[in-house]
Amino acid sequence: MENKNLVIGIVQLIKKAEVELPIDVVIALKNAYKVEKGIAKIQIENILKNIEIAKKTKRPLCQDTGLQTFFVKIGENSPYIGILKNLIIEGVKTATKEIPLRPNTVDPFTQFKDANNIGDFIPDISWDFVKGNKVEIIAIPKGAGSENMSKLKMLRPSDGIKGVKKFVIEEIKKAGGNPCPPTVIGVGIGGGADLALYLGKKALIRPVGMRHKDKKIASFEIDLIKQINKSGIGPMGLGGKTTVLDVHIEKAHRHPASLPVGLIVQCWANRRALMVIHENGRWEVK
Amino acid sequence: MEYHLKLPVSEKEIEKLHAGDIIYLTGKIFTARDETHQLMLKKNINNIPFNPSEMALFYCGPLMKKENNKWLVLSAGPTTSSRMEIFESKFIEKFDVKIIIGKGHMGKKTEKTLSKHKGVYVIFTGGAGALAADKVKEVLDVHWLKELGMTEAAWIFKVKEFGPLVVAIDSHRGSIFKNLKNLT
Repeated sequence: MENKNLVIGIVQLIKKAEVELPIDVVIALKNAYKVEKGIAKIQIENILKNIEIAKKTKRPLCQDTGLQTFFVKIGENSPYIGILKNLIIEGVKTATKEIPLRPNTVDPFTQFKDANNIGDFIPDISWDFVKGNKVEIIAIPKGAGSENMSKLKMLRPSDGIKGVKKFVIEEIKKAGGNPCPPTVIGVGIGGGADLALYLGKKALIRPVGMRHKDKKIASFEIDLIKQINKSGIGPMGLGGKTTVLDVHIEKAHRHPASLPVGLIVQCWANRRALMVIHENGRWEVK
Repeated sequence: MEYHLKLPVSEKEIEKLHAGDIIYLTGKIFTARDETHQLMLKKNINNIPFNPSEMALFYCGPLMKKENNKWLVLSAGPTTSSRMEIFESKFIEKFDVKIIIGKGHMGKKTEKTLSKHKGVYVIFTGGAGALAADKVKEVLDVHWLKELGMTEAAWIFKVKEFGPLVVAIDSHRGSIFKNLKNLT
């Protein structure tokens, strides 16, 4: 019974992410509307209208309802530690029917399309174990138009942060209008190849407009935003001032011999919602 | 310039359009993505159960819902066009498509074929799926749903004032992307 209630919560979490953009993203888009002109302004106007319609009619913002992706922070004393994975899977299945979501999981060998958005390793869940008994689940359903523009580069340590900058700017220029700009860029630096990409994706859960707590990294983020927006790619690649809404960087320590950079591209529909589960089973979705 | 066009469109109407123009479409459109392109290119044209030449082609894998035995469109924005570049020249030649709706870039080969066959490539705001769905007045039909699934099936929509669409590549080899490159 209690578990059923949690599945209802997870469906709510996915629904919130799919139909309503976080306020920080909406504010950034409204600011873009103010500075754009002509065709670029029309694109942002369509985006803002779309956000309104989706919220009002409780329909997914985009037909690509994404690969279901979750970042979980779970208290080591949470009573749900052993069952949460199955509850999330149940939640995805139910959400697919109820919201509904587009069936988006395909077996790469057989091309079999699962009707429930479930498959090998999907939903994609990352776990972080913390003190206490609370659970926080962040849902970021990830669309493929932007994800297809994501890249990994194994730089030489001597390339340094300059090399990181060059790589990120060049790739965003190459992507042009394909990832549905204005985008949000997640950059993971350091670790091994997989950790760099993981951090790039995790960087997307930080609200738009919030800077890294390390001042040096924060000013590198600002520099990247300025440089990329100078490219003139603009909304939908049709020209304009706003190519990115934000750039978020996360770092890990690196091996002496390598400098991996994981670049994750996210479309303007930077979908994100949070669910908190308390020890007594009470939950809220924000 | 802004144009409100009724489908099917004439060659004359297509020739009026230039990169950067805004258009709105009324009439029939059909959706086709990677798998639909592959399937339709393989089939004999006589075995295609609808007439692509009287419709606009929409790169879209819509989110649909069946209610009371009727299909409803919930969200239906464009998918990334460049994935279809490898098929599109042959597709235009085979099916005489005049208007293609997508998002992002298309390649040189498509640009050339659009100029030869008098067609245009237009862009609808990516991700604006709910807005696009509201311009669909009726779901007329669906083909290959069982074989290809919801995303890749060919959906036939009746649309009214579908837009604003930005002409990205016109029939005179004009391209909004070329114009942008000249700016920077």
